[in-house]
Amino acid sequence: MRKNVGLNIIAAIVFAFLLIPLFIIVITSFGTNSTIQFPIKGFTFEWYSKVFSNASFMDSFVLSLEVAFIGTLLAVLVGVPAAYSLARHGVFGRNWVKSFFLSPTIVPGLVVGYALYQFIVIQFQFPIIQGLLLGHFLICLPYVIRVVGSTIEQLDFSIEEVSWTLGCTKLQAFIKIVLPNITSGIFAAFMLAFINSFNNIPVSQFLSGPGVTMLPTNLMNYIEYNYDPSVSALSVILMLGTIVLMFIIEKTLGLASIS
Amino acid sequence: MNRMSYVELKDIRVSYDNTTDILKDLNLSIEKGELVSLLGPSGCGKTTTLRVIAGLIEPNDGEFLVDQKELTKVPVHKRDFGMVFQSYALFPHLTIMENVAFGLKLRKEKKSTIEKKVKDILAITGLEALADRYPKQLSGGQRQRVALARALVIEPKLLLLDEPLSNLDAKLRVAMRIEIKRIQSQLGITSVFVTHDQEECFSISDRVAVMNKGVIEQFDTPEEIYKNPKTEFVARFIGFENFFELTPIEDGKYKAVDGTAFLCTRNRETGKQTGTIRPDDIDIVASTEANATNIVSGVVKVRTFLGKAYQYEVETPIGSLLVNEADDEVYQVGDAVTLSIPAQKLIIV
Repeated sequence: MRKNVGLNIIAAIVFAFLLIPLFIIVITSFGTNSTIQFPIKGFTFEWYSKVFSNASFMDSFVLSLEVAFIGTLLAVLVGVPAAYSLARHGVFGRNWVKSFFLSPTIVPGLVVGYALYQFIVIQFQFPIIQGLLLGHFLICLPYVIRVVGSTIEQLDFSIEEVSWTLGCTKLQAFIKIVLPNITSGIFAAFMLAFINSFNNIPVSQFLSGPGVTMLPTNLMNYIEYNYDPSVSALSVILMLGTIVLMFIIEKTLGLASIS
Repeated sequence: MNRMSYVELKDIRVSYDNTTDILKDLNLSIEKGELVSLLGPSGCGKTTTLRVIAGLIEPNDGEFLVDQKELTKVPVHKRDFGMVFQSYALFPHLTIMENVAFGLKLRKEKKSTIEKKVKDILAITGLEALADRYPKQLSGGQRQRVALARALVIEPKLLLLDEPLSNLDAKLRVAMRIEIKRIQSQLGITSVFVTHDQEECFSISDRVAVMNKGVIEQFDTPEEIYKNPKTEFVARFIGFENFFELTPIEDGKYKAVDGTAFLCTRNRETGKQTGTIRPDDIDIVASTEANATNIVSGVVKVRTFLGKAYQYEVETPIGSLLVNEADDEVYQVGDAVTLSIPAQKLIIV
């Protein structure tokens, strides 16, 4: 087969544009310079230890993990039954409801953040942590409904019907038959929503308050005044975390099925 | 003998939008131990009928009884019917053994009882060796048997089969229908079988209900339906291809449009005026004197080779007729032929 040389060159350029900045960040995180510079002069792990000893980074890292985890968990608890009923029942205006649930993935993040700010902080004056959880729950929900919904739609409906004829109530059928067959979808949805929540800046920015800072926000604030490679080191740590999660998703469900 | 009906559908009406009826006042009664087939083209309502019986569809009107008990409003999971789906619908996350034991576990039977029953049914269906496999590791025929075993092990009051053989290849289909019949009569279980395949249905059923547009056109033994279709739809569906107008003159005597007289030994109530006969039952004969009864003459228009026979399309004064004739004598397109339509094979519908 003849190879298309031109196409390969373009692909290589695109890859280079995407990967070289990441590559540079990885390199600079090991540099001995006091500011981010490339190429680096010496090799050190100092910036990594600096990240781990920075209480502000660590606090916001833990907070981000907690908010992302709880928000995603809530989204799964609400989203899975919602996705099931959207897929199985002729809910009135089903397509409309579906698009509505997916709208936060289409509407710009800044708009979602601002809307939630208006609603959660101004209107209802939620405590900060609960407000953050609610906001992250809302941005996670569409991912859960979309990914789990497509898994449920691929499931043969007659296996539920047959379980009814064998004596299952609808609830038993959902627990014994549907859930075990959509675990990979739920897992993938969880990962995807988690990553999205963890990396989210606009919603966190609007909803956080005095003394409460999420990691991405914290990182941005830090760069404003300090331009040292600990930011690179932290980015590398986050990249590694994301790579691990993506690897797990790929192994359980395959990335193709959630895009 | 006064036959007791075990399953009864009384005036069942199903409509999704209340303007068009999927089933129109359908009545059907099935005896205990019988295997009844619902036969018809797609969209005739046969699967809907089965789903009403299963409880997956609630009828708009009518009553459904099993063993004198009204079940119309009883939900699916309390009906105790075994059902086999076209897609087999095996639980992908469970082994064959677990699939089969599923219904028994829900019934909270003792572990030893479950084990024994599962073992027995796996033996009957010839699946012992596959007990620990998962559904995706099995072939179509094996999955089919698992679906059957899973439905039978709960000792259902009724076995419902929704086109269970249509996903199998031709050879396996014949083997499986013999298998199903064997198991069904061995266990003496009342069964309803949905199919669109005439041969499959005739070979397996005690009685057949031929359905068309939500109505049962005829409910009879396979022999009776094959030999004596009561309506034109049934006749067409089971291979009668020649239809021509007849006017009744007197008992057993009819006249065609061109005046040819026809005798018919199978009497039907008068008023119906279509004569029908299978292409196999028409004979090409040596020409006889004009105006003989049950004889028409015509010209060969098309000849088709069918393998064991030739099929001729013959243009006659009473219409175009299809005739299958063995290849002892081959006629050419344009030949004039004389056709004999035997009185005992001619049916008035």
